[in-house]
Amino acid sequence: MKSCHTHLLLCAGTGCVSNGSYRIKEALERELGRHNLQDEVAVVMTGCNGFCAQGPVMTVQPDGIFYQLLSDADIPPLVEEHFLKGRPVQRLMYTPPETQAPIPKMSEIGFFKKQRLIALRNRGLIDPENIEEYIARGGYRGLAKALGAMTPERIIEEIKNSQLRGRGGAGYPTGVKWQSAARHQSDVKYIICNADEGDPGAFMDRSIIEGDPHAVLEGMAIAGRAVGSGHGLVYIRAEYPIALERLNLAIKQAREYGLLGKAIFDTDFDFDISVFQGAGAFVCGESSAMRASIQGEPPEPSAKHTHATEAGLWEKPTVLNNVETLAVVPEIIRRGAAWFAGIGTEQSKGTKVFSLVGKVKNTGLVEVPMGTTLRDIIFDIGGGIQGDRKFKAVQTGGPSGGCLPASLLDMPVDYERLAEAGSMMGSGGMIVMDEDTCMVDVARYFLDFLRDESCGKCTACREGVDAMHQLVSDICAGNGKQEHLALLEELGQAVKDASMCALGSTASNPVLSTLRYFSDEYEAHIRDHRCPAGVCKALLTFGIDPEKCKACLLCNKNCPQTAISGEKKKPQKIDQEKCIKCGVCRDVCKFDAVTVQ
Amino acid sequence: MRFEDLDKITDRMRKVMSLREGSSQAKITVHMGTCGLSAGARKIMKALIQCADETATKDVIFSTSACAGLCSREPMITIELAGQAPVKYVDLTEEKAKRIFSEHIVNGKIVAEYALAIGSEQTL
Repeated sequence: MKSCHTHLLLCAGTGCVSNGSYRIKEALERELGRHNLQDEVAVVMTGCNGFCAQGPVMTVQPDGIFYQLLSDADIPPLVEEHFLKGRPVQRLMYTPPETQAPIPKMSEIGFFKKQRLIALRNRGLIDPENIEEYIARGGYRGLAKALGAMTPERIIEEIKNSQLRGRGGAGYPTGVKWQSAARHQSDVKYIICNADEGDPGAFMDRSIIEGDPHAVLEGMAIAGRAVGSGHGLVYIRAEYPIALERLNLAIKQAREYGLLGKAIFDTDFDFDISVFQGAGAFVCGESSAMRASIQGEPPEPSAKHTHATEAGLWEKPTVLNNVETLAVVPEIIRRGAAWFAGIGTEQSKGTKVFSLVGKVKNTGLVEVPMGTTLRDIIFDIGGGIQGDRKFKAVQTGGPSGGCLPASLLDMPVDYERLAEAGSMMGSGGMIVMDEDTCMVDVARYFLDFLRDESCGKCTACREGVDAMHQLVSDICAGNGKQEHLALLEELGQAVKDASMCALGSTASNPVLSTLRYFSDEYEAHIRDHRCPAGVCKALLTFGIDPEKCKACLLCNKNCPQTAISGEKKKPQKIDQEKCIKCGVCRDVCKFDAVTVQ
Repeated sequence: MRFEDLDKITDRMRKVMSLREGSSQAKITVHMGTCGLSAGARKIMKALIQCADETATKDVIFSTSACAGLCSREPMITIELAGQAPVKYVDLTEEKAKRIFSEHIVNGKIVAEYALAIGSEQTL
């Protein structure tokens, strides 16, 4: 790669890997070799680029040309045209649906233009498996500064002044947490990185570790120095194989370079990091359950009579920080608290990473300053709703977050505003829903998830979530009663008040927020036995419009229940007794003749 | 690892990183249309890359582009130094390219006798 003048930065985040980016890599190397360009053009595998919807994606540097949706077959003409003849291939560039004009440069694509990267500062730019590339981008300078020019007190002061708050969900001030752990004297203290990301549709932490693992390690070492700890531990779920592999490799490289281990930078500071694999229980992301899990006990939360910063893991002072929190720490130390505190809103500083998923055009990973409106995130960066359907709701904060309606689109996103609106920041999942989404069904889905994931220790959470799930399922099945709504409201409040950990105390959010903003949908299900979005099958009636039916018999042949009958060349009919509402007839009909009511 | 080792690694990686970030003090664009290629653009590119390696010039990036419309004067390159107008050189040979590299890229002096025009197609 020594004299290569062009680098092809091919995304090797989980999304692009599943779409075949390693196959693309092979094809690129083969074609470059065929044209004898292997010494001029290098293929570099990077972490998640963020624009997952368009994967596999690749950026050509130094020119900044962005290619998307690559397939094996695209590679021979691409190599010949662009890398041999210098003609970028428009066909493979991002083309916004509204203008139909391809945008060659990554920096000019709307999805990237409006983002501000701090936690994701190296995304798509470095090879996460090469520590020298991280160092060349300013890596380990924060640790060098912390060790060479700052006292532990000064480090804590700096983090406090930056007003950094935990990115894992609760938003607790990081500096205050560190200070508390620093004050408690102990021979052993622990820095734990919480990489047990379990929210459906959330992949912020996974992407950070996959794309820039050293940022997390450096943040942990700085935290270790600040609180007087020599032991770091990353709790990461075993379902993240790529992240796990790159994390282990990063730790190994950091040790080889003397950035972990004894006497780091020839100072008296020793710090090392080990990895603990979680088995994938949602509740393990909760601090006391995680502690139990590491200690080999059943992962159940326990009452927090003492702070973990005083007696946490193995009864020793413990700091538990989220991946994203730790990843921004080196930048705060390097660039100063004032710089960080200058970004964001009054009470929420800096930027936040969101995984933008659901019915939005540009699904992917985005980082924006705190206080950016939902509309900017969903419509400017996200490109709006798929198929230009109508926006209905956005669910923030994971399964225990809430669903916010269109009337709140102009709300600036920060910890306080989200909480006021009945949702939460959570770790940063953002699921966009369109008019074809039934909000009652959404509440049912999240309750089902939480019912499975509740550890069962508190009655309120174990029984309460189950009871709410039963009620909401009844409503979806058309058996809802008007009084169920008040009961749901009351149950939700009780579960919130009486659960010990955050899983239970936020479990009612999906129900309470949908009741608050989408009560009309609940009413329609109960009163009119109608699902306005056409999702809840029990409330649907399939029929065939005789005007539109061309008697092609496709539905007739495909119906698994043989519920459709009719003579040849005559409009078909559905036997409602036999119909199981599977929707196959609607899917196969070429004339839009199947109606749903 | 000492504190100053971070600088050493950063310095060693500068060429790679300026390329990744697409920012550098100098940018050389070799025109590689069919005309450029048949006139020997690839040899020019190789010669220039070799110069960069030999002189250990780190802050220069290479790019290719298609035909510039003046096929009779190929091989052609455009050199841009940050903050200065781009310069187009025409009718190149490997020797001319090497001289342009050492005078223009390394010493910042335009080789007027090989230059076609100054101030076109600014991209840096």
